[in-house]
Amino acid sequence: MTDSPSRIVLELRGVHRTFGRQAVLRNVTFPVHAGETLVLIGESGCGKSVTTKLLAGLMTPDVGQVAWDGRSVANLSRRDLRQHRLRFGYLFQGAALFDSLDVYENIAFGLRENTQKREPEIREVVHQRLRDVGLTAETARKRPGELSGGMKKRVALARALAMSPEVMFYDEPTTGLDPVMSDVINQLILETRARQPVTSVVVTHDMHTVRRVADRVIMLYPLSRLKPGESQIVFSGTAEEVFNCPDPRVRNFVNGEAGDRLKELAA
Amino acid sequence: MSTLVADEPPGTVIHEVGRLTIRAVRAVGNLTLFAARMTRQLVRIPRSQVLWPVMYDVGVQSLPVILITGLFIGMVLSVQTYDTLKVMHFESRVGSVVNVSLVKELGPVLAATMLAGRVGSRIAAEIGTMRVTEQVDALDALGADPIAYLVVPRFLACFLLIPALTILADAFGMFGGWVVSTQVFGVSSHFYWFYSDSFITAYDVVTGTMKSLFFGAAIAVISCHRGFHCRSGAEGVGQAATEAFVYSFIAILVLDFFLGVILLHVYRLLFGGRGRKRP
Repeated sequence: MTDSPSRIVLELRGVHRTFGRQAVLRNVTFPVHAGETLVLIGESGCGKSVTTKLLAGLMTPDVGQVAWDGRSVANLSRRDLRQHRLRFGYLFQGAALFDSLDVYENIAFGLRENTQKREPEIREVVHQRLRDVGLTAETARKRPGELSGGMKKRVALARALAMSPEVMFYDEPTTGLDPVMSDVINQLILETRARQPVTSVVVTHDMHTVRRVADRVIMLYPLSRLKPGESQIVFSGTAEEVFNCPDPRVRNFVNGEAGDRLKELAA
Repeated sequence: MSTLVADEPPGTVIHEVGRLTIRAVRAVGNLTLFAARMTRQLVRIPRSQVLWPVMYDVGVQSLPVILITGLFIGMVLSVQTYDTLKVMHFESRVGSVVNVSLVKELGPVLAATMLAGRVGSRIAAEIGTMRVTEQVDALDALGADPIAYLVVPRFLACFLLIPALTILADAFGMFGGWVVSTQVFGVSSHFYWFYSDSFITAYDVVTGTMKSLFFGAAIAVISCHRGFHCRSGAEGVGQAATEAFVYSFIAILVLDFFLGVILLHVYRLLFGGRGRKRP
């Protein structure tokens, strides 16, 4: 299949998701096009990470559909689901490196589980991915507990890229990192895209990341602050547009201003 | 408010009973589905690099606590039964009481209880921590079925190694009972082993070991299930570990009762209700 700009790789169609008695997503619909970098922004708890996990098939919606290449995920068998998901790479918010394995084994994990590659080939891929994220071969034998936050994120990125994914999900890639390391991660996202044609979905609060990597931005708003019937997607557009959006909810978020929320403190 | 999907039911007794019943049915159904999902994955034996460390942890690392438990239970049983038997001038038969109790009941149940405490809690805490730190999601994202990768090796380790641990606990218990009976109370070593041999049948040993297989399976499934359904945060992980032990312990006792009844019927069916050999 050739990648035309309009080809939809991932799509949410009227998705609802509830945890216990807490509704997090309500009737959310949007597509992700091949090759684009879509950035999801919004306040904490508005459902950005849940949206990403739904798109990646790590969660199932209560109502609505998730579609990959136009096919509903609900219609896929468990095996097909697993096969399709191998096209995806996922950088988790807390890196989610396996504590019981060293860096080498973490990066090699997907290759060992899903391919018949021999050890020399696996070693080559692991060292290449470590170089791609700016880490040396000496890092390979370290345990996750011995790494700094930035190194963990980079190792997690190397692990996600080991299987050469077509779609990358980045869940708050710069959260908890210093500004310099945040910029390193942003640069790695750009380099990953430049190295191979990859579709990216990035969840972030970091407006610098939005400025650096976004082709398109979607802003979600917490359900608890919406009136019944209001769309949860309060903004969808380009990176330039989001910084000039007149909607006070978007403007406050982009500029990091509390706005009406200060009244809650006073109440 | 839009975040609420249903109103709280009124807090009458009937509502409360209904709520608890629904919760219990849901929990049992959830556990059954989890076990069924695991059973489907059992056809694929895990990689040795994954299986051996778990086997080592469950089997080798549990040895000291299991052996100490067995040893002292045998010793305590000897102390507790000797005086009663002496009143009836049956003190030479202390070996039979100690060892029958050990082989049929206390060995399997206490070995399983210690395993539930040491291994079950650890499994729940380990998988629970992996759950809350998204490592379970990471497994899924990397194409590894979390059930196949995390649950199957732990199930196999508990299921296959608990019979060996039980037999060792039995053996150390017998030895502990022998030490106290012969060295402290002066019972003849010959009579200790003679009456033990007379009262314990091969069926007792086999059923004791068979029971332990069920206990091992229950510990693994319950502990992994608790870990997978762990709530977030340190409190959630702690609660999962506690629940793993408590639910496993209850399951061991319930299984022990029903297996005891079933195996007694099987014995009668096989041996026609004949009494055991008695000297």
